[in-house]
Amino acid sequence: MSDLLFARSQMAMSLAFHIIFAVVGVGMPALMVIAEGRYLMSRDPLQLELAKRWAKGTAILFAVGAVSGTVLSFELGLLWPTFMEHAGAVIGMPFSLEGFAFFTEAIFLGIYLYAWKRIPPRAHFAAGVVVAVSGALSGAFVVCANAWMNAPAGFRMVNGQVTDVDPVAAMFNAAAPSQIVHMTLASFAATGFAVAGIHAFALRRGTPHRAFHRAALQIALWVGLPAALVQPLSGDWSARSVAERQPVKLAAMEGHLKTGPAAFVIGGWPNAATLEHTGAIEIPGALSFLLHGDPNAVVKGVDAVPPDERPPLGIVHLAFQIMIACGSVMAALSVWGAWRWWRRKRGSGSALPDDRRFLTAVVLAGPLGFIALEAGWTVTEVGRQPWIVQGIMRTADAVTPMPGLVVSFALFTALYIGLAVTVVFLLWRQIIKTGVSQTPMGFTSELPIPTPGSTASYPTP
Amino acid sequence: MSAAVATELTWTLPHAVAGTMVLSLNAYVLLGGADFGGGVWDLFARGKDRDAQRVLIADAIGPIWEANHVWLILVVVLLFSCFPKAFAHLATELHIPITVMLVGIVLRGSAFTFRTYDSKRDHVQRRWGRIFSVASLLTPVILGVCLGAVASGAVPIRSIDSLRSVTFGERFIDPWARSPFPWAVGLLTLALFAFLAASYLTVEATDDRMRDLFKRRAQQSQVALLVLAATTLVIARAENPLLFQGLTNGRTALTMHAVTAVAAATSMWALATRRFQVARLAAAAQASFILWGWAWTQYPWMLPPNRTITELAAPRVTLQLTLGALAVGTMILLPSFVYLFRIFKTREGVE
Repeated sequence: MSDLLFARSQMAMSLAFHIIFAVVGVGMPALMVIAEGRYLMSRDPLQLELAKRWAKGTAILFAVGAVSGTVLSFELGLLWPTFMEHAGAVIGMPFSLEGFAFFTEAIFLGIYLYAWKRIPPRAHFAAGVVVAVSGALSGAFVVCANAWMNAPAGFRMVNGQVTDVDPVAAMFNAAAPSQIVHMTLASFAATGFAVAGIHAFALRRGTPHRAFHRAALQIALWVGLPAALVQPLSGDWSARSVAERQPVKLAAMEGHLKTGPAAFVIGGWPNAATLEHTGAIEIPGALSFLLHGDPNAVVKGVDAVPPDERPPLGIVHLAFQIMIACGSVMAALSVWGAWRWWRRKRGSGSALPDDRRFLTAVVLAGPLGFIALEAGWTVTEVGRQPWIVQGIMRTADAVTPMPGLVVSFALFTALYIGLAVTVVFLLWRQIIKTGVSQTPMGFTSELPIPTPGSTASYPTP
Repeated sequence: MSAAVATELTWTLPHAVAGTMVLSLNAYVLLGGADFGGGVWDLFARGKDRDAQRVLIADAIGPIWEANHVWLILVVVLLFSCFPKAFAHLATELHIPITVMLVGIVLRGSAFTFRTYDSKRDHVQRRWGRIFSVASLLTPVILGVCLGAVASGAVPIRSIDSLRSVTFGERFIDPWARSPFPWAVGLLTLALFAFLAASYLTVEATDDRMRDLFKRRAQQSQVALLVLAATTLVIARAENPLLFQGLTNGRTALTMHAVTAVAAATSMWALATRRFQVARLAAAAQASFILWGWAWTQYPWMLPPNRTITELAAPRVTLQLTLGALAVGTMILLPSFVYLFRIFKTREGVE
């Protein structure tokens, strides 16, 4: 393997790792704030217990997200110094804003986690809302920077030097709106489905804490299902945006190899040399119709550019199919859940669908959001190759001159595997296995402090 | 080097951003640095109340530590958006130490949280504790090594021609490994962080025994700090006349040293007379003056000996927007920070 490939692998691995925790940092605060809000309205101690348990999970995952994000900000320079040298001044803006959003999130998460007994419940709830909002914002800012790599704007290249820099135009590039919406929905869908899957699993196995897991399942479904339901619409918008600005990426995604009327290609493996598919099912004209409303419309294929400007066709097509498949199953489950809920609401008793068949489906669908997320990022990043900035700079020209990158690749891979194993182990021990609430070890900030007012602090469950 | 070039301070946009970066680094040293220092004392926790010491450290760090580490990210983001060439260059030449530092940051950050949230006191928790502490030792040293290498002019921007003839060792190892100077700065950084943490913990401590323990530790690390500062100067004089000149020449440099010495003396006096609030302030002042002393020594260079702050700056519009964003962000962040510290760092408890 070449140094370039090791650099790409290290970046891919770091992003794949970080994206899980970044998405959890957007989705989990929403869940815990909803639980706390329900507690404030109903004074049901179960909801408070739930908010605390989820907050604990958020703390562990947020810490890993923070350190892996720090690593990424350095890795931009460690692996792609030439890219940063030219792009830094252009896209520094969204990164600066992301820094502030993340800062706000970190401050208020500290307050949220440790000040249960130090500030009034309403202030505590407000701190949680700030965590959720700033988490979503920081995600949006980072996606702006990635969108710029797909739709570069706000500068001119003259003799290999960047001039006429306009950071505002760069930040609000053409690809940003569709990417932000798609990614934000993905965050809620992935987190909601994963959390719902965990609690549905507990309910299916039969647990002594039924009420607790039912309450958790209800909130998680309320966050995950609507997002999964509208995600296909945002996906369609994203695809149109890609078709307009990165026709070759779209062609690779859809497996549309030769310019002309485009079919819908399901499955199969493209041959980069002959530009033929093996083992694919094709629906003629479907893609042309989807994009232009005319089954005979000409769509650019991969052959529109010379071979050295084409991305790896097989990986992009496969990743795209995985994403679509996961998204379709999630959307279908959402429709089913909504229908069951509506039927039960007209009947009597609880509206939460909790029969075994539905719970089984939720458990099985639990990981789909995260699988779709990883596949989607594979599509957008591998699909842009060989460019690091679409049409402007090649990835090969951006890589560091430092030789022997296999060492740092191996080092970070080992580090992240160790972290992943530990996180799973800890979450299992802390959140899923234990039945009763526990406070972090010996924290004086968790001890009851005599309060002047009567409702000035949270009761201890 | 500064005395000859900068007879007067020309205050421009790039300098404003560079100043903001030093300010952000200052905050990181005072807050994040103290967290690392806490890790050092966690490692050296001894005796009957070993666990109590560790709980005290964890309590002091816990609520605010996530926020403390964002300061470093802010420095990096400012560097790559406002001085992209400098960022690209440093990340290339100092690839190896930065990678080691990152591993330390990852281990330290995750281990601390894992340990906090792993409420079963068993061998798993002890192992996390050890990782957290060892990483706390490693990271400050490497951070200091990187800064020391830059300050000593060992990471200059090279011409294309000289890059062709340079060997791997000359390019990627020598800047931080050939001279003892960066390592002296690294150890100085470690001592400084340990000193800050001990000084803060004298205030955080809840009983007298603990207060006395950290008082002694603050005094010991202050002595170590002074010895290392002198050592650094001696090495600079032998190794790097130009740097030594920058450190010791000119009225401003000498004023900086004088103020730092006053802060150090104040800290020693306040510790000896058990005025711990004053000692905490004096320690923070001393650390800040050391950092600004370094910044002044480098001024107007960003990458000594051949690139100034102005030469490496991004286009004006980027600097203006970044400073604008900083101003708006500060309006949100500052009250948030005040709120955070009022909740956790005062004895008021519930408002």
